Amino acid sequence: MIKPMRIGLIVLSAAVLQACWEAPPMDSEQSGFRGTGMLQTTNPDVVDPILADNVLPEPIAAVPVVEGGPTAGQIYQNVQVLGDLSVAEFARTMAAITAWVSPEQGCAYCHEGGNFAEDKLYTKMVSRRMMEMTMEINTQWSSHVGDTGVTCLTCHRGNNVPEYIWFEQDGPPTAGGISAKGYQQNHAAMNVGSTSMLSDPFSKYLTTDPAPIRVISQTALPQAGDARHMSSTQATENTYSLMFHMSEGLGVNCTYCHNTRAFTSWEQSPPARVTAWHGLQMVSSLNDEYLEPLGPTYPPHRLGPLGDAPKTNCTTCHQNVNKPFAGASMLDDYPIWRPDE
Amino acid sequence: MAMLNFERKYRVRGGTLIGGDLFDFWVGPFWVGFFGVTTIFFSIIGTALLAYGAAIGDTWNIWRINIAPPDLSYGLAFAPLKEGGLWQIVTICACGAFISWTLRQVEISRKLGMGYHIPVAYSFAVLAYITLVVVRPVLLGAWGHGFPYGILSHLDWVSNVGYQFLHFHYNPAHMLAVTFFFTNALALSLHGGLVLSATNPPAGQKVKTPEHEDTYFRDIIGYSIGTLGIHRLGMFLAVSAAFWSAVCIVISGPFWTRGWPEWWNWWLELPIWS
Repeated sequence: MIKPMRIGLIVLSAAVLQACWEAPPMDSEQSGFRGTGMLQTTNPDVVDPILADNVLPEPIAAVPVVEGGPTAGQIYQNVQVLGDLSVAEFARTMAAITAWVSPEQGCAYCHEGGNFAEDKLYTKMVSRRMMEMTMEINTQWSSHVGDTGVTCLTCHRGNNVPEYIWFEQDGPPTAGGISAKGYQQNHAAMNVGSTSMLSDPFSKYLTTDPAPIRVISQTALPQAGDARHMSSTQATENTYSLMFHMSEGLGVNCTYCHNTRAFTSWEQSPPARVTAWHGLQMVSSLNDEYLEPLGPTYPPHRLGPLGDAPKTNCTTCHQNVNKPFAGASMLDDYPIWRPDE
Repeated sequence: MAMLNFERKYRVRGGTLIGGDLFDFWVGPFWVGFFGVTTIFFSIIGTALLAYGAAIGDTWNIWRINIAPPDLSYGLAFAPLKEGGLWQIVTICACGAFISWTLRQVEISRKLGMGYHIPVAYSFAVLAYITLVVVRPVLLGAWGHGFPYGILSHLDWVSNVGYQFLHFHYNPAHMLAVTFFFTNALALSLHGGLVLSATNPPAGQKVKTPEHEDTYFRDIIGYSIGTLGIHRLGMFLAVSAAFWSAVCIVISGPFWTRGWPEWWNWWLELPIWS
């Protein structure tokens, strides 16, 4: 009687340990002066599968360009964004987009069978705008994407709709009465690292006219006229939510961008914080100029519970890696996505 | 130095672990013993090295003196003296001094025919320190994971290591440790307040007995743990606080690398409601 129970207990505790705990050896990387504790410690068992998902596919072989040959815009009708490409390069680009975005549906996902030139499907209208957005990111936001740049694949990874997008939320379901509204908090939310803080920091910080993120007071005591001093505890927690999203989205901890003895001090922060700051500006701008305005283009089933268009945050591209595809660039193979200005 | 009248009965021979009678003598009021010698040896060398580290460092500002561990790149090897080697030797000295002091407590306990409560309790504080600067760095594969010796610098390290796990208050062992520390402080303040009240009655009244003390707590919370029991409880709370502190830092990194809030996903995923 005792023995089976004991064995059962051992098996159960082993299962719990397996589920809840990791084990050494770990990898560590130092980002600050020795002894400051500014380190990224990662578990190969956790990180290796993620990195394995972040290997670029083989590029489709480029076709030699024929000098003076016709462009796609000359041969085909209604080519608004990629018209300057040679016909062969245009076909190669279309094939690549299909592999990246609609590998199962093929061309028909955006083009009606009979007439490829027709702007009938909403997917085609959205794709066109997304191509313009990709080019804008690669030409106007090198402060964030550097020379690596992005393509459709960075976000889509073979999905019609990128896996990590966000909509405005009405708050999680809650009890009635005095706690009828959760104020989008007090429930564990996965997009803010399983904490119970603000579950939707995105509508606040990553859209048109974002709220100020830096809430640390500049003076030790309340001073009239110091706007940051007026930041509430709630505003601080909201900032914390957004930062959790960034950490989880990039698979890094707070010390990747901050020396936490003085979060706000640029002088003491690692350079990655500057890149991240530009990223925040970029995401707000893309949501404002490209993604939100597409709302009327989408059919209802693509919209969020409050009727807004799908939008981007840090995870959309990063997908739990500090650099998407571990920093590998596709722009040399597909130079069209960074057109000369 | 004159001996206090009650000291004579404590000055008994024997009880040593090492050295027999060799170091079994007193210097003034202090018993020496083998581990007294090793404690002094390690303490003086360690302190002198800290002073040397301050002398070759940037500042004599007591708050900002910083003796930092080596870069991670040195792994578990020795580092040059000025690039963390100093920290390594100071750590050896500190471990030597703390362990010596524990064993000295054992010897004194034996000498006086007491139980080992004091060395056992103290060894948990030593365990927490050794976990921080030896066990965890070894498990993570580099001395660079140790904390720096400096008043402000070690606080900065604590802050950054906490933020390596996004929100350290979600660390389950940290929760237990903090709870034990606070409960320990509460128990000590209740006990201290009670003893001071009982032994300092208003003018003209007699000093109160444990019977009064028990009655006081039976009146306000319905229970009194008693004069012996409060010291057992105190030891349990204090030892638990140190123990769970050691656990909370040794699991951070070697046994969990992600944010601590995320660790609780097992709760969200329990088959009862998920």
